[in-house]
Amino acid sequence: MSAIKAKHQRLILVVIAMVALIGAALLAAWALRSQASYFYVPADIAANRPETGRAVRLGGMVETGSLTTAADGVTVHFIVGDGKARVPVVFKGIVPDLFKEGSGVVADGRLDARGTFIADNLLAKHDEKYVPREMKDMTEAQARQTVKETQ
Amino acid sequence: MIAEFGLAALWLAAALAALQLIAGALSLTAKGEGFGGLVRPVAVVQGLLALAAFAALIFVFIETDLSVKLVVDNSHSAKPMLYKVAGAWGNHEGSMLMWVTIMGLAGGFVALVERRLPDRTMLATLAGQAFVSLGFYAFLLFASNPFTRLAVPPAEGNGLNPLLQDPGLAFHPPTLYVGYVGLSIAFSFAIGALITREVSPAFARAMRPWVLGAWIFLTLGITAGSFWAYYELGWGGWWFWDPVENASLMPWLAATALLHSCSVLAARNALRAWTVMLGVVAFSMSMVGTFLVRSGILTSVHAFAVDPKRGSFILVLLAIYIGGALVLFALRAVTVTEGERFELTSRESALVANNVGLSAILGIVLIGTLYPLLTEALGEQVSVGPPYFNPMTALFFVPMVLVLFAGPLLRWRRDSFARIGKPVAGVAVLAIVGIVAAVILAPDMMLPIIGLALAPALAVASILPLRGRDLRRVKLPVWGMVMAHFGIAVSLLGMASDSAFTTEKLIAVHPGETVAVGPWKIAFAAIEPVAGPNWTALEATLQARYQDGAVQTLHPQARSFWTPPQQTNESALLTRWNGQLYTVLGEEAEDGRWQLRLWWKPFVPMIWLGGILIALGGLLALLGRVASDMRRVVARGKIAYRRERQGR
Repeated sequence: MSAIKAKHQRLILVVIAMVALIGAALLAAWALRSQASYFYVPADIAANRPETGRAVRLGGMVETGSLTTAADGVTVHFIVGDGKARVPVVFKGIVPDLFKEGSGVVADGRLDARGTFIADNLLAKHDEKYVPREMKDMTEAQARQTVKETQ
Repeated sequence: MIAEFGLAALWLAAALAALQLIAGALSLTAKGEGFGGLVRPVAVVQGLLALAAFAALIFVFIETDLSVKLVVDNSHSAKPMLYKVAGAWGNHEGSMLMWVTIMGLAGGFVALVERRLPDRTMLATLAGQAFVSLGFYAFLLFASNPFTRLAVPPAEGNGLNPLLQDPGLAFHPPTLYVGYVGLSIAFSFAIGALITREVSPAFARAMRPWVLGAWIFLTLGITAGSFWAYYELGWGGWWFWDPVENASLMPWLAATALLHSCSVLAARNALRAWTVMLGVVAFSMSMVGTFLVRSGILTSVHAFAVDPKRGSFILVLLAIYIGGALVLFALRAVTVTEGERFELTSRESALVANNVGLSAILGIVLIGTLYPLLTEALGEQVSVGPPYFNPMTALFFVPMVLVLFAGPLLRWRRDSFARIGKPVAGVAVLAIVGIVAAVILAPDMMLPIIGLALAPALAVASILPLRGRDLRRVKLPVWGMVMAHFGIAVSLLGMASDSAFTTEKLIAVHPGETVAVGPWKIAFAAIEPVAGPNWTALEATLQARYQDGAVQTLHPQARSFWTPPQQTNESALLTRWNGQLYTVLGEEAEDGRWQLRLWWKPFVPMIWLGGILIALGGLLALLGRVASDMRRVVARGKIAYRRERQGR
């Protein structure tokens, strides 16, 4: 009797473990669909605007002449373009060292209701050895042309 | 000369690894038993040769031998000595050489001191270790040779990435690698045990100190890495769910699960197949992490130069080792007989819950780390960050903490909650009330509040196993467990407090102005240029007062390095018993104001203090295990001696 019971309990244990692990996998899949942040270039945003408030990444070139610092000294406004579309961006914080007009940037953040991109974090080219991957792909495909068009 | 000597030592070490594999494999066959005697000495010499190669690399970096390509790419004659030495592993080739060196030394160390395993299992283990080493030797020699010479040496090197020019580089990578690669021992033990079908409590007892050792280093390495990122990046965060951080967390989760399942196998001869499986998984996670980091397929500050050839090379190694080990497991797991049984309310069940929770978190981190690769293959670029990882890992971490309230108090095999009763119930009710209140009252701040509710409850629960015991007779491993679990509570409190109570101020001010952040008043006294060995900087002088206390001075800097030309922000920290003031100097605005970013982070140092406590707990357990093994060896020796005398 007790052997049967023990076997029974072992089975329960295995079932609980399986349910937990499968549950974890399903939850992870669901959470990834809703929480992963997609990469957009300005043209994508113009064509297929992500919903307001959803976390996304925006990549493109900082347009020359668009960078201004607000009166508080820590908020910057600039425009990110890819030659096809332009997105106004606002960022509050210390900008990365190599962030400047006419070079590439990837911003983490979200669009507000008026279509301004609120950036939480900026990734600029750090040095030759550390280039955000999206930016590397972009520089090959679009950057040269983008720079030409925006200058 | 020295570079050629290093390369020759590396080739020799690889040849010896091949010999170790062949001799080990032959010694398992009926006819080849005579080869067995070769294996241990060869393992030791192989480790020493790898060490010689590594020493040679450090030597050419110290000399700044500019005819060696790696030195030219990553060093500079004007660099401080510390970074010349540490620069040897602050790059892809050097770090892989460090990897095989540690792997060789770990194998040699096992060969030298491990005497508890049955001979055949030991030989299979060392053959397995050599097999894995061989792949990484091949990777170094054919795809990442650190000793490549240049035909025309340039006049000067390119210098080391300034973000890496920090004392952290001397400590963090070696510690982490000892942990990462130390897990290869568990992998080889598992392979050895599967080949010879020797999965037993004795096997678990033999494996446990090695896993503990690797796990201690991994814990320290992760803790140090987190603290390094915290002060060096100047972002005020201590964990970013960066793929590289995840790559170190995943082996840690697997190793933690392995430690706990090991104790079930050692004490109760249960969870047999599962423990072996975890031994395979833990080091597999180390290798997956290396692949993610070194192949350059993921963006990261840790991704050194990208070379697609290397990525595919490591991928092939991964397929061979992980795939091979899993096939072996699948073939042999059925022959691993079922372990001892246990009731639902028992120490074993609690440890199974721990293992399920850790495995689930491991799966969540792994899926979240790999998902961007998957979608990229489908033509969509995504990134996965805290909004995914934080709630998903908490979902499994919180129940684990609840189990941890009771688990260490339960007896093996069968027990009842009535026996451990009141104290646990009190702690659990406290924690659950806190959690429910958090969910209802503050859904936005849910996770930090849950953490704040759980941490003190866990701190109390973690020392309950000592209640009513004679403290002088409590064994070291029990002290270790208590300390490690207490460390989790400390760390959790730091994390929750950082999320819940941090105050931040981002502002542009003229010199002479004063800013308030939290209980601090900070005067921006001056800004002036300073010079270092290979950089110049603008250094701010901040005079900080906590409430009405004495004035303390901080000096955050904006540094400009010239080789390679790059700027970094050096944060300045001020630690009190109840928190840390974190200051960063930004850029100068047009009107002469300077950007300052200030954080007051209550209790944040507890995060790393907890990590150190966890590692210390591991150390106590390790000392306890080794000491009792030594006692056993001595006792056995005495018995043998007495017998011999009586026989005479």
